[in-house]
Amino acid sequence: MKIYVPIDSAAKALGAEDVVRALVQAAADSGQAVEIIRTGTRGMIWLEPLVEVETDGVRYGFGPATPEDAAAILDGTSVKALGPVEDLDWMKRQTRLTFARVGVTDPLSLDDYQAHGGLAGLRRALGLTGQEIVDEVKASGLRGRGGAGFPTGIKWQTVHDAQASRKYIVCNADEGDSGTFADRMIMEGDPFTLIEGMTIAGLGVGATKGYVYLRSEYPDAIKVMRRAVDIARGAGVLGADVLGSGRTFDMEIRVGAGAYVCGEETSLLNSLEGKRGVVRAKPPLPALEGFLGRPTVVNNVISLATVPVIFEKGAQHYADFGLGRSRGTVTLQVAGNVARGGLFETAFGISLDEVVNDLGGGSASGRPVKAVQVGGPLGAYMPVSKFDAALGYEELDAEGGLLGHAGLVVFDDTADMLGMARFAMEFCAVESCGKCTPCRIGAVRGVETIDRIAQGDADALPLLTDLCETMKDGSLCALGGFTPLPVMSAVTHFPDEFVRTKEAAE
Amino acid sequence: MALPDPVIDEGEIARIVEDHLHLEGPLLPILHALQEAYGCVPAASHGPVATALNITRAELHGVISFYHDFRDAPAGRHVLKICRAEACQSVGGTALAEATLTKLGLDWHGTTANGAVTVEPVYCLGLCACAPAVMLDDRVVGRVDAARMDAVLAEAGA
Ligand SMILES: Cc1cc2nc3c(=O)[nH]c(=O)nc-3n(C[C@H](O)[C@H](O)[C@H](O)COP(=O)(O)O)c2cc1C
Ligand code: SF4
Ligand code: FES
Repeated sequence: MKIYVPIDSAAKALGAEDVVRALVQAAADSGQAVEIIRTGTRGMIWLEPLVEVETDGVRYGFGPATPEDAAAILDGTSVKALGPVEDLDWMKRQTRLTFARVGVTDPLSLDDYQAHGGLAGLRRALGLTGQEIVDEVKASGLRGRGGAGFPTGIKWQTVHDAQASRKYIVCNADEGDSGTFADRMIMEGDPFTLIEGMTIAGLGVGATKGYVYLRSEYPDAIKVMRRAVDIARGAGVLGADVLGSGRTFDMEIRVGAGAYVCGEETSLLNSLEGKRGVVRAKPPLPALEGFLGRPTVVNNVISLATVPVIFEKGAQHYADFGLGRSRGTVTLQVAGNVARGGLFETAFGISLDEVVNDLGGGSASGRPVKAVQVGGPLGAYMPVSKFDAALGYEELDAEGGLLGHAGLVVFDDTADMLGMARFAMEFCAVESCGKCTPCRIGAVRGVETIDRIAQGDADALPLLTDLCETMKDGSLCALGGFTPLPVMSAVTHFPDEFVRTKEAAE
Repeated sequence: MALPDPVIDEGEIARIVEDHLHLEGPLLPILHALQEAYGCVPAASHGPVATALNITRAELHGVISFYHDFRDAPAGRHVLKICRAEACQSVGGTALAEATLTKLGLDWHGTTANGAVTVEPVYCLGLCACAPAVMLDDRVVGRVDAARMDAVLAEAGA
């Protein structure tokens, strides 16, 4: 009997290892021969640990499983039975392109990877010129999934056109935004797709070396990625002769050191070079003077991990999904106080309401939903009145929001919006790289000003508004520049919570 | 209570530094390796590292102090990281963190008197769909409530 159990951190955090031990024990007790295969997660985190039992080629789900469920899962009597996993609503409604293999295959089996379409994109790319590769990415409409949404093909073109003896591909795996875990899920669940995407990027722009800058908060992802790179090198996917083509590409995994700002691409490059993670002024663009002063592609994990499927299925196939200028799929991460949280990959254009209330099932607490913070700590709090907003870069921007890395954090009606605004300022103060005054000092003032509002000082609110303007205009990067977004969205949409009488405060 | 300073072996420091010098941008890997070996980046390593990389000790200090991860003294035997970020806050993470600190009689970054556990804040562990989340050393725990936190603390010997 073949049994699949996720090895993803979220599944482990919910007890997957205990479930695996119980399954092994129950199989021994009942004398059944079972093969347990560890996979990534399907992304239905509310069902984790999700055990899948294969019968006649169909995988039947059981979850959320506890060790006590093991025997009944094996003998087919478990009340946690969910039916075929592929038939679950959450799975059926997705368009899984980037995440096609995650939760399905053994993350570290290169055979499994290839049996499910892996390396087909790279093989195709090996027959193309650098310019043809860049053109394909342009035609796909892929935009950076790290936050800014910059067209990936145009970035690659700049690096392609730059003349230099060495160029680099740097993968931004710093994923510091609260409410996001897509990068982690793909690195733990399908690491070869990132390796393949970086290799194609290398072929496209003429880079022979890649780095993944991976945050230290992700020890499991670090282990999987390191192992995957070794395996890929051993199998000739990486190295001096990529798949026997005579072309060179190799890569290393580098670990961050707990600084949120190092997710900003120039800060990341400084960190990779062994410097303080201070943001660099642009220009020069990293595409021209990046790592060690050389032309460098810096792309998010999801951007790069989407490249293989674009080459496997063709740019047009990818571009056919989406809305307006947001082409392809968005890997939504539904998190926080939500009944059904997890990863949901779908064409751009789905509404906030459908994601939160329909797919997500509303709040986990059962209380009314109050707001959703979209796009991480630098993203706006969207009130329920804006839930018609479509999830696309321009569409959300038009509603005063920010898609960012597509994390959605749901809050119920007990959320203290003044407290959340204060936290945004506090976070900015803690994580500021220190280069510009409006961010370094402004964020500290922001915390103090919000404390004054909380104490019923009516003069403080205009000060907060001014301060946010100053931060927005006078900051070099989006940490200082966008912290005003969550703050002012809270003020704008929940004004009552920022008007406090002295008596109420006392 | 801080643990006693680690025993520093100059030969080992030199070897750790040497092992990484072929890398492009070797400093962070060196600092991580030193911390892995000694539980911190020991002061005794600053001279050799600065010399090997041809940077001043002041520059080296600037780098070490920039990053939240690097310590100048070892933590307790276990490190408990409690997520303070938004998704965890949305499901009671703040109260959980405060209750835990109160129970242990610690502030953030503090270490229990028996040296068992150092408690650190962390901003997101990527477990935001099963929040609140904590990490004990390298082991992640999700949907943490008071009972689960007690089990984690007991396991760590706090
Ligand atoms: C404070 C700050 C933090 C950021 N954190 C990340 C991050 O964790 N991951 C990421 O991919 N991009 C992050 N970015 C965006 C990067 O600067 C950059 O736009 C991105 O890596 C480019 O890749 P993409 O075009 O594939 O999105 C951050 C930006 C700022 C200002
Ligand atoms: S806005 Fe803040 S984080 Fe960004 S460069 Fe300025 S000081 Fe650094
Ligand atoms: S916000 Fe706590 S794990 Fe992401």
